[in-house]
Amino acid sequence: MKWNSETIVRQVLTVIAFSSIAGLLLIALFILKEGLPFILHVGPRAFLLSSNWDPANGHYGIYPMIVASIWITLGAMLVGAPLGVAGAIFLNEFVPKPAMRLIKPTLELLAGIPSVVFGFIGVMVLAPFIRAHLGGPGLSLLAGALILGIMILPTVISISTDAIAAVPSTFREGALALGATRWQAVHMVILKAARSGILASIILAMGRAVGETMAVIMVAGNAVKIPHGPLDSVRTLTANIALEMGYATGLHRQALFATGVVLFIFIMILNSLAGLVLRKKVRRS
Amino acid sequence: MFNNRATVLLSGLLALVFVGTGGCGRNSATVTVAGSTAFQPFAEKLAEQYVANHPEAVISVQGGGSALGIQSTLAGTASIGMADLVKLPPEAQSLHPTVVAQDGIALVVHPKNPITSLTLDQIRDIFNGKIVDWSELGGAAHAITVVSREAGSGTRSSFEQIVNGIQLTANAIIQDSNGTIRETVANDPYALGYLSHGLVDPTKIKALQVDKVECTREEIKAKRYPLVRPIYLLTREEPQGVARAFIDYILSAEGQAMILKDGLLPAR
Amino acid sequence: MRIAPKYTQRLAVALLGGATLLTLLVLLFIILFVLQKGLPAVTWQFLSQAPRDMGRSGGILPVIVGTFLLPLLAIAIALPLGVGTAVYLTEYTRETRLTRVIRFGTDCLAGIPSIIFGLFGFIFFVVILGFGWSLLSGGLTLALMILPTIIRTTEEAIRAVPNTFREVSFSLGATRWETVLHVVLPNALPGIVTGIMLSLGRSIGETAAVIFTAGSALRMPTSVYDSVRTMAVHFYLLAREGLSNENAYGTAAVLILAVLGVNLTAYWIMNRFVGRHT
Repeated sequence: MKWNSETIVRQVLTVIAFSSIAGLLLIALFILKEGLPFILHVGPRAFLLSSNWDPANGHYGIYPMIVASIWITLGAMLVGAPLGVAGAIFLNEFVPKPAMRLIKPTLELLAGIPSVVFGFIGVMVLAPFIRAHLGGPGLSLLAGALILGIMILPTVISISTDAIAAVPSTFREGALALGATRWQAVHMVILKAARSGILASIILAMGRAVGETMAVIMVAGNAVKIPHGPLDSVRTLTANIALEMGYATGLHRQALFATGVVLFIFIMILNSLAGLVLRKKVRRS
Repeated sequence: MFNNRATVLLSGLLALVFVGTGGCGRNSATVTVAGSTAFQPFAEKLAEQYVANHPEAVISVQGGGSALGIQSTLAGTASIGMADLVKLPPEAQSLHPTVVAQDGIALVVHPKNPITSLTLDQIRDIFNGKIVDWSELGGAAHAITVVSREAGSGTRSSFEQIVNGIQLTANAIIQDSNGTIRETVANDPYALGYLSHGLVDPTKIKALQVDKVECTREEIKAKRYPLVRPIYLLTREEPQGVARAFIDYILSAEGQAMILKDGLLPAR
Repeated sequence: MRIAPKYTQRLAVALLGGATLLTLLVLLFIILFVLQKGLPAVTWQFLSQAPRDMGRSGGILPVIVGTFLLPLLAIAIALPLGVGTAVYLTEYTRETRLTRVIRFGTDCLAGIPSIIFGLFGFIFFVVILGFGWSLLSGGLTLALMILPTIIRTTEEAIRAVPNTFREVSFSLGATRWETVLHVVLPNALPGIVTGIMLSLGRSIGETAAVIFTAGSALRMPTSVYDSVRTMAVHFYLLAREGLSNENAYGTAAVLILAVLGVNLTAYWIMNRFVGRHT
């Protein structure tokens, strides 16, 4: 083999690529290696459908946490999706470009605020408000969903904005030329064209909401029970891992990795959904 | 794509080198202290003082809870484990314990709560979920918000061991530190929680009497107040070197005075 | 009865505008709340001294240093690995089933919750490999966290470079590597920088994964094996213990200003490079 600079570069790049992929594979395999045997040992039904989480006595049912994660994510979506998409539409179609030069950086700044800040404001402002005016302990599913919804707003706005901006201006101009008002052009033409991108943004934001840990630990109360209403205190899958990972050993530690596997599957489902939605769009256009 | 054997071998070699250096080069003079969140602030302050007098020492203080303290000392990740436990669990039997302080566990409610005292039986029933409303205890007609710590907390283990017979109700709110319990109780007029006696801030929360005994330093010292636990520093063997010197400093008059000043009781 | 489109438009604009205003107000409220409570605490002493008395007094200098070093280490590890991998996957291989699987894998890993990386990092780097709570453990964990994002954004940026650029370069006699180095990468730079900024933002705000890998020691780090505390962790610990709300807000204020600084730097870099190549 001729050893000139080209082949050296190729070898180096191959090693680099191999190392990265190996590193990422290491994580995936490690989690699976710790988590899957546990699920098989304890039985998927006992793990996923039991409400008895009591590691000290050998019980590892994470059903309440699964329910909590699902409800908190749906709640966050109910808050974040409408506001976010509305914001994206408004900013793209009805706000003059010069104003956007100020608003866009502000949104990106907001996307960079750490989750613990959101969580703290939730504890200091939101939870007492909920407790005083709506009842319950305040640290609740509702508080978690609201805070998460606010946290995913910048993501939804930014990706939806990209989707809407990607719609060719000819669509817009054509509609306007046919006599439509700006709003008619938006909801009859542009939204339909950007639909998959917007849906994808919501699905991806849901993925981020599922993965949020700190803010949820701070405001959702962490009670291990199935919520009967938004004012109940809940513990999500991520909070469960964070609260116990420091000292869990043996089967308990494997249970946490298994929870990781469950989260992994959640995210994979959401990602595939987003991918499907986007691919449908490509096929249509 | 990856068919070049030389490439695969090279990558494998790199990985081995990487893994092999694990642990080497780590400054073995670093004393890592990890565990009880109740003692962590004190350990940090004591470490600050100790390093001020011995600048070449490196003391790294982490939190994580008593259970983490025990686990990481067993695994060697920490040189000293902090555990605030009434009774050390079986896995800690192989470790070498040193008592450095005593601490009471205060049962706390919001200052506006009219209740001033609870019996151990009442406490047990509340945390088991048998008593659910303040009116059952003579207070306002409202559900009790039970607040507890995470399972790995030494404060919680000690609390549950002393009260004996607690199967924490599923409705209990779980917080991950003394501070958050204090803030939660301070913000909720119907909450009931427990935390390190040294962290009770009378402007924010009120400590209850347990079996008619006030939660004060005198009562704790006199062993009349029931909810008391020692704070252990655990090491794998007899402490040596910087770890030993640090523990000795904590047990010295200066160290114990600082512990006393900031709210704990000395080891006696 | 049909309402004239003119009126539905006004209604729509009002509703959408209202929603947008609400969004911006809530988000601004959060930033202003923190800055209003925090800026008074940010004095020169605050920025230049070490914390004293469990963080109740003194400053946050070691914490600022930690917040700077940890993401720096993570990016120093992840950037060459990520860009190299992306270059290899796009420029040096054909599009096969394997590359598609790899892409799906990196996409999935990009979405995995940070706490899982934290769990892995804690068990693997801190305990098994024995690095302990350190810059090294934290940096490696963060690097693995941001690697998928950097690979993905770099790949997209490289693909966006028109093929004609490459063809012209080849026709002038350049080798593949010379083309990549002098033509493709410079043109893909804005996208790569975006990926770095996104990762940087994520690293700065990361809390749970950092506490469990880099620890929360308050002293100034002197080696990669030292534990460090970042501003996000410091804010979290101060806030939850209620030791000093004032200092907590001060830390958060500095943190927000740091994020602002990073964003502004990103814009500045983008403007310089985009200006040069378009």
